Amino acid sequence: MATVFQGLGAATAISASNSFDSKKFQLPSRRSLSVRKDSILVVRSDGRVNHIMNRGARRAEQLITNAVATKADGSAASTASKPGHELLLFEALREGLEEEMERDLRVCVMGEDVGHYGGSYKVTKDLANKYGDLRVLDTPIAENSFTGMGIGAAMTGLRPIVEGMNMGFLLLAFNQISNNCGMLHYTSGGQFKIPIVIRGPGGVGRQLGAEHSQRLESYFQSIPGIQMVACSTPYNAKGLMKAAIRSDNPVILFEHVLLYNLKERIPDEEYVLSLEEAEMVRPGEHVTILTYSRMRYHVMQAAKTLVNKGYDPEVIDIRSLKPFDLHTIGNSVKKTHRVLIVEECMRTGGIGASLTAAISENFNDYLDAPIICLSSQDVPTPYAGTLEEWTVVQPAQIVTAVEQLCQ
Amino acid sequence: MSFSATKFAQPPPFSSTTTRSNEKPLSFDPFKTGTSFLGSTRKLRFNSLCENAQFKPHHRSAVVAVSELVKEKKLKSNANLLITKEEGLELYEDMVLGRAFEDMCAQMYYRGKMFGFVHLYNGQEAVSTGFIKLLKKEDSVISTYRDHVHAVSKGVPARAVMSELFGKATGCCRGQGGSMHMFSKEHNVLGGFAFIGEGIPVATGAAFTSKYRREVLKEEDCDHVTLAFFGDGTCNNGQFFECLNMAALWKLPIVFVVENNLWAIGMSHLRATSDPEIWKKGPAFGLPGVHVDGMDVLKVREVAKEAIGRARRGEGPTLVECETYRFRGHSLADPDELRDPAEKAHYAGRDPITALKKYIIENKLASEQELKTIEKTIDEVVEEAVEFADASPQPHRSQLLENVFADPKGFGIGPDGQYRCEDPKFTEGTAHV
Repeated sequence: MATVFQGLGAATAISASNSFDSKKFQLPSRRSLSVRKDSILVVRSDGRVNHIMNRGARRAEQLITNAVATKADGSAASTASKPGHELLLFEALREGLEEEMERDLRVCVMGEDVGHYGGSYKVTKDLANKYGDLRVLDTPIAENSFTGMGIGAAMTGLRPIVEGMNMGFLLLAFNQISNNCGMLHYTSGGQFKIPIVIRGPGGVGRQLGAEHSQRLESYFQSIPGIQMVACSTPYNAKGLMKAAIRSDNPVILFEHVLLYNLKERIPDEEYVLSLEEAEMVRPGEHVTILTYSRMRYHVMQAAKTLVNKGYDPEVIDIRSLKPFDLHTIGNSVKKTHRVLIVEECMRTGGIGASLTAAISENFNDYLDAPIICLSSQDVPTPYAGTLEEWTVVQPAQIVTAVEQLCQ
Repeated sequence: MSFSATKFAQPPPFSSTTTRSNEKPLSFDPFKTGTSFLGSTRKLRFNSLCENAQFKPHHRSAVVAVSELVKEKKLKSNANLLITKEEGLELYEDMVLGRAFEDMCAQMYYRGKMFGFVHLYNGQEAVSTGFIKLLKKEDSVISTYRDHVHAVSKGVPARAVMSELFGKATGCCRGQGGSMHMFSKEHNVLGGFAFIGEGIPVATGAAFTSKYRREVLKEEDCDHVTLAFFGDGTCNNGQFFECLNMAALWKLPIVFVVENNLWAIGMSHLRATSDPEIWKKGPAFGLPGVHVDGMDVLKVREVAKEAIGRARRGEGPTLVECETYRFRGHSLADPDELRDPAEKAHYAGRDPITALKKYIIENKLASEQELKTIEKTIDEVVEEAVEFADASPQPHRSQLLENVFADPKGFGIGPDGQYRCEDPKFTEGTAHV
């Protein structure tokens, strides 16, 4: 099961109200880049690809294995001969956002400095010029109220995207996110849906100080009724942005301050990823490493070292922080029997803690060793560079943990 | 409590920290405002503000210095009645329905048919009826936990609300919301909120949608208005101020209706608020603020017409402070010991239903018999609502997780590779999460 579009081709058992419109496939994307109509990729986490028009199969397979932006990529070969186009992660987010705004007039953006300033990380650059000040709304500094305003707008038919300039600022909107965003669909007996996307950069940056280095996914994860996803590459950033906007559920999309300038080549064709699926980054045999967002890169760096030492780690970017993709994770655990979780949340009450519990409950019989969870220290992120480095998990610690697991 | 607007250069002459309401010197004068039926006449002249709709500097000062524009208007003029017979009967019926419904709620609560926190609206009917009966079906209403009567006034059937209060599956929210969370998509009742202030941004969002539909989606005739009802306690909350700012900034079609009943549970408005005149806070943000006697449905209706008209014409928001009173305690669990019996008696003497009845009969709009017929009909409606609620089924276990997500794929993929929502038993909460 991959994206919303999967159901069109294959026979699926989904009887739930999965109301997607086949007309969506024929909508041409009116972007300036060359677009091939009616050719949409449906990418599955296990590497298989389904096409709606079945063109360019080989190209698509190449794309999947290059899901992680590595240095070797793109520099040697000339850009003209390769398929797709290269861009940075924040541009990929913008591209996804713009495509969705083009496609559906009800999609709008609200947040601080999203309009004239173009977004503090330039994700909404130039969109206000194109779509006007009401569709890309510069709000006053009142997170709780404008998030609530977004929720009210979502209840009455719009599809807003609320940007937290930094995820940490959304702590001020916790009232609205918990009570209204998460719960209103339920307390109204299903009468009102809240198709809102709340997004913004979070995570530990470069000496940004404690309050700008927060990981709100651990605070929001208990809220019933929301979905949480974390993007980590330009490819999944664009796909998840589009999926989040199209979803009728409230989705919180976690971006990371340090990943906005990652470069990758992404397909020209339109694609939407699944909000509930994890991403196989590197298949392996010895140990399952589960991670997300920025820690993916620390894991991949550790993986190089591990490979040199003779280990074969399987790396999965869980992407969906709520709910967990227990199928992908479970299959991996059943294969390797050892699990290492690497996250940026603090040790107490983080995503890793929940994931450890979920795996223990569901796959206990398959484990040869206790699950190791590497998290950030339970400390407000210090300003000093050295202290900050010791707060988050570093590749060397990951290597040590794998060696310990595989004894 | 109505303050003479011209006197308000200095702070009020009482100490708010130590006096209790029965010792307070008479800034609250129970005998001054109660004489004529159409009690307080402190209202703004809207016309001048309509002309000053553009946000220019010199006009801004006109909006701010609103106290100078208060004009006394004798509403009870010769042959110029405020309402027709039909309107009068409609208003009467709506207020009687509100009162009868709430009284029945109290009865049912003490009989163990409903539980939890139930906040009754007795005494404040003029505000709900005065405003909501001017709305179209497409206009939205947002309220607080004291929302039964707002829902009923807006058109949600009494049986659906009663059923919701009994926690039955036929309730307007399938029994999942309860007393404090009345929602209706059909009648555009957007809640029902337990935390004070948290509904105001939602109301602002509904108003934003109305403006968006007109200006971005080019639906030229979309003039839907949103009403946000909330109390005096909320007016010290940040979300109130933040939304006044945004609504005025973007000229959203919203009316902020303050039901100032002077008490936030046991906290007197005067003890909690540095400047108790809430209507004055509107001009601070660039929108007109009006004070009206909330025990008089006709006055409320006049002010509401103007405020709703402003919003519909695209002239932006209005803040309306309705001086009103709740005859019962904050909730059915509140012993209501702090309020002065003299204060309660004063406002009981200004019962909006009695007042409207008197107006209708004195102005020969209808006979006593016609009004009695209405009361009888309403009694039957409320009885029927209780019977319906009693006879309705409790929610089935399968309902437990049904409405957590609009798109149930949000429950995720289980270990077997299937989406959890494909398991038919999943909504019962028995499947392993």
